[in-house]
Amino acid sequence: MMSSLLGGETVEVRFHGRGGQGAVTAANLLVDAAVRKGLWGVAFPFFGAERRGAPVTAYARISSKRIYTRSMIRRPDSVVVLDPAIMNYVNAFAGLKEGGAAVINSPKPQQPPAKARLYVVNATRIALDLGLVLAGWPLVNVAMVGALSRILGIELDYILEAVRSALSGRIAELNAKAAERAYNEVVEVGAG
Amino acid sequence: MERARFLLPLSRPKIGVHGITGSWRFRRPEIDYAKCVGCGLCWLYCPDSVVEIESSGERFKVSIDYTYCKGCGICASVCPVKAIRLSEEV
Amino acid sequence: MKRLTLTGNHCVAYAVKLSRVKVVPAYPITPQTTMVEKISEMADSGEADIQVIRVESEHSALAAAYGAATAGVRAFTATSSHGLLYMVEMVWWVAHARIPMVMAIVTRTIGPPWNIWTDHHDIMSQRDTGWLIAMAENNQEVLDETIKLFKITEDPDVSLPGMIGLDAFILSHTVEPVEVPDQELVDSFLPERRQPYVIRSGDPLIMGNVPADLLANAKMRWDVHLGLKNAEDVIEKVDEEWGKLTGRYYGGLVECYRCEDADYLFVGAGAWVGDMRIAVDMLRETGLRFGVLKLRYARPFPSRRILEAVSGKRGVLVLDRAVSAGSAGPIFLDLASHIYSARPSVPVKNVVAGLAGYEANYEDFARIGESFAKEVSESGWVSSPLEFYPGR
Repeated sequence: MMSSLLGGETVEVRFHGRGGQGAVTAANLLVDAAVRKGLWGVAFPFFGAERRGAPVTAYARISSKRIYTRSMIRRPDSVVVLDPAIMNYVNAFAGLKEGGAAVINSPKPQQPPAKARLYVVNATRIALDLGLVLAGWPLVNVAMVGALSRILGIELDYILEAVRSALSGRIAELNAKAAERAYNEVVEVGAG
Repeated sequence: MERARFLLPLSRPKIGVHGITGSWRFRRPEIDYAKCVGCGLCWLYCPDSVVEIESSGERFKVSIDYTYCKGCGICASVCPVKAIRLSEEV
Repeated sequence: MKRLTLTGNHCVAYAVKLSRVKVVPAYPITPQTTMVEKISEMADSGEADIQVIRVESEHSALAAAYGAATAGVRAFTATSSHGLLYMVEMVWWVAHARIPMVMAIVTRTIGPPWNIWTDHHDIMSQRDTGWLIAMAENNQEVLDETIKLFKITEDPDVSLPGMIGLDAFILSHTVEPVEVPDQELVDSFLPERRQPYVIRSGDPLIMGNVPADLLANAKMRWDVHLGLKNAEDVIEKVDEEWGKLTGRYYGGLVECYRCEDADYLFVGAGAWVGDMRIAVDMLRETGLRFGVLKLRYARPFPSRRILEAVSGKRGVLVLDRAVSAGSAGPIFLDLASHIYSARPSVPVKNVVAGLAGYEANYEDFARIGESFAKEVSESGWVSSPLEFYPGR
């Protein structure tokens, strides 16, 4: 599984979260880890104002070659859902490519997307176990990057390096632990 | 600082850089030294810096440089003891 | 040298720190805000010796930066869109006072309607002001060109301020790998600040007093034009020097991608040039030999380099991310008028696209390129010289 990047030269990822949940940071961390692995990557938010709690998206494009395009991602190879309740309001699987992978933060299996694989990890449980809570919200973004990197074939060490570079002190260590747990605990629950 | 290789819109401040502005004056501020207390408000407010104050001991002597005074009358207006009178320029 | 993943805004912040800027007055506006926040953090933590000044408007931001620069230190500010329009009086003033400084413009649409996405109307509206105007394609270029601009603007043959344009969000908020040079390298590259005069307390000077001699005043205006023309050589020289130090030479005023054997050229500036490169590769797959001429500077306008590049081509397609309402796209207007005296027999077409952040990507450029090649080969010229993409 380690050479995944879902079998291609370039992989495009869309993150779904709520404003304040760290979807943009998750995309940035994923790219930082990919660059540490020797790949090229770009990460960008949905280009607009963010409001805490509102559904938001962030994007990452990772490739073994330099990336020149600045276009939006409309047909992702992978989608990551930080809060499954968002799926009641937005179609998180919209445009997901055939053979792609969806990774959802969920305590239980969910309905897989059509012609793509579904993975779940209980990132909320991991955050609560570790005491990773800020302003009442469990911090799940870094854990979800850990889970996704397993599926994309980005080694855990690169994720941990990226986490320790972006954060510091106790928060860095707790997030590193969350990424590691999610990396190990993410499971495939089926394919549509 | 090396010499600039092009013209610059720079000048140095000096007295009378805009010519003999006293020729603009049609009202002439005159000081009544019997009333003047030497407080310096006219010196502070004059927009053209033509009020001068000389001190000798405890005495202050206020004077106006009529070569450049435009006669705007601000000095007369701010004088707290009404020691400055504007007379017609003849 | 460190390889970091950075947003375009943070690249500017690093460049400002490495250039040993001393004063940064700024007023926040989306999408510039994270740039000044980063500079502020650097100043607060002691990582950079910068005085950040909070001001009440963009007009004051540039006025304060101008004041600091006039007193002899490197100064910087940044803005975007409506913020830039609000400071325009000072934009002209700084250039005509011949005070070098650098400003970042995160290019953003002008309202109404209120819109925070990229197009180039804000920065292109400043092309008559006397500032150098650089446009970046990617975050590495943002960082490199900001540092270089300090050297270029302070050259005694130039002595004018310069803007670095970076597209809203698609550069400003996009993270990508960037080589950040060491302080020692930048120190060896950037000399002590040079400027034509310094105003110091105790040695008063008047800037801009009513002129006693109108011919001298007229010459000052023309001198600003000549200063920008001098900047052409300075930009080429400084870019070569940077290339030797870092391995990143950009081609000076313009950068060519597959131009040499091309029949057709795209001409454009800013982040979307990356997508033009992909379109060139796609079009070549179908047998249409396209290339891209990337305009790295809108001011000075690189007329000589452009004339060299377009001569002998079968067609030139200028992509503008702005329109001078009532006329045409600004790059097209410059390009067409500057090649006129050489009587080149090349058809030039202007496509205005990407306005208000409406995306134009490699698929769009491939489509536009294909239809342009068809138009030229069928009619021998351009039947419609100005078009709006994607059309009405």
